[in-house]
Amino acid sequence: MMTAQEQTRIGEKMGVRDLNVYYGSFHALKNASLSVGENRVTALIGPSGCGKSTFLRALNRMHDLTPGARVTGEVILAGKDVYAPGVDPVTIRYRIGMVFQRPNPFPQSIYDNVTFGPRLQGEHNKGKLDEICEQSLRRAALWDEVKDRLNRSALGLSGGQQQRLCIARVMSVSPEVILMDEPASALDPIATSKIEDLITELKKEYTVVIVTHSMQQAARISDVTAFFLLGELIETGSTTDMFSKPKDKRTEDYITGRFG
Amino acid sequence: MASASVAAEGAMADKRATQWRIRRIWSGLGVGTAAACAGIAAVTLLVIFGYVIAKGVTALNIDFFIHLPRPVGIEGGGVSNGIVGSAIIVAISAVLATPLGVLAGIYLALFGRGVLAEAVRFLADVLSGVPSIVIGLFAYTVLVAPLKHFSAFSASFAFAILMLPIIVRTSEEAIRTVPRVIREGALALGMSTYNATINVVLPAARGAIITGLLLGVARVTGETAPLLFTAFGSQFWEVNPANPMAELSLQVFTYAISPYEDYHRQAWAGALILIVAVFIINLAARMALRSRVSRG
Repeated sequence: MMTAQEQTRIGEKMGVRDLNVYYGSFHALKNASLSVGENRVTALIGPSGCGKSTFLRALNRMHDLTPGARVTGEVILAGKDVYAPGVDPVTIRYRIGMVFQRPNPFPQSIYDNVTFGPRLQGEHNKGKLDEICEQSLRRAALWDEVKDRLNRSALGLSGGQQQRLCIARVMSVSPEVILMDEPASALDPIATSKIEDLITELKKEYTVVIVTHSMQQAARISDVTAFFLLGELIETGSTTDMFSKPKDKRTEDYITGRFG
Repeated sequence: MASASVAAEGAMADKRATQWRIRRIWSGLGVGTAAACAGIAAVTLLVIFGYVIAKGVTALNIDFFIHLPRPVGIEGGGVSNGIVGSAIIVAISAVLATPLGVLAGIYLALFGRGVLAEAVRFLADVLSGVPSIVIGLFAYTVLVAPLKHFSAFSASFAFAILMLPIIVRTSEEAIRTVPRVIREGALALGMSTYNATINVVLPAARGAIITGLLLGVARVTGETAPLLFTAFGSQFWEVNPANPMAELSLQVFTYAISPYEDYHRQAWAGALILIVAVFIINLAARMALRSRVSRG
């Protein structure tokens, strides 16, 4: 947690300017602008259908895969617009990893899951891959639970373990930013608290943007919170300020539980 | 006043009870009919199976598997060339149809949209309904007539066309059932569409795709009509696909329409081998699917 003064001193990792997303004729996200601080956890909150996931998926160009979806505006990553002509979305997704709502390990072994990314990037040295595997799993706080069964199917893991495996998989390619789309919403409270601890740990090395349905979760883990409503980004601010003295009436109504 | 309303209520309750009884009778009739139909379908198969076993098992011996056909009256004739011929012809057809069918399935499941995809789907459905003899004639027209030579390859070609729609539609279905989040996870990891499809989606759908392939193989294994003017049949040991080749179901056909009792018995034995082969292939298809489910 930090004050607004601290907030302004933090370096910007991603800058989003006037982002609009359309699904066909439906205007799902309207002129959203947000500065994502380096080594900070930014939480996106708001009721269902408010555009927070839409916003998140625009950051690593996942909308490219949705037929009929159109994105306008700028998403600046380290000085360059990821939507600039000639930018390959594949290289963007190397640099911006993503963890999904439902754990989605590939139907392969644990080892193969974690080394998939590095192998695609051309790393074939067994020793190096073993090292990446162990390191990623350790960082995801999963190593001790799976080190004896790396060659077993990832689908045999529990939901919480699968989700941490997916986080390890993302870290295996050393992205600069990690996007998380309600990563704990399908998990039980114990698995959830493990994921939350992990996220707090992650921000030492990574910049994290997380969509969450739970305001308590946002309050626990994030430094900055952005509130979305009906496709608009209503308010952004340091999490402490946001939950103690929201500027906008609509933010206040939401966080005090009057709707949503 | 009060007693009248009580009486009315009683009448209403009676009426409802009657309705309920009628509904129960109808329900029982419906379930009974459905069960009877299911029973007839299953029993038919069992009867055919039992009949073929009873008729075929007497002619079945080791000679039947390892010997070539022998003239009527000479003991110990077999269908070894037909068994091998069937295996060769079906194997080549699978090799021809699988890549095409699986790639078409990938296209339909992941990329195909609009008129073209709908057209491909519709044509695949129509193709699966085309009588096999018509497809045999087509193979004859393009591969046998111009070369003036019957060949096992032309039979494989016809079989491949017969298998193709089955493989296309089952592959499409198999790939469609791979959760979208798995594919997105692969792409979010920085994989190209090609890599995500080949290295993640396809392996995830492997079990169901193999099932489709085996069902296609089972479908053509029992086909006879297209062989009449493609593989043509042979009395000899033949493994070169460029030449006419013996094929088990074709042998069953020629033996069955011959006037000799000995050949009739051999036809039953051949039919038994065919039915067992198809049974085993279907069983394998189920197991391929099961192994996929247990992984998922």
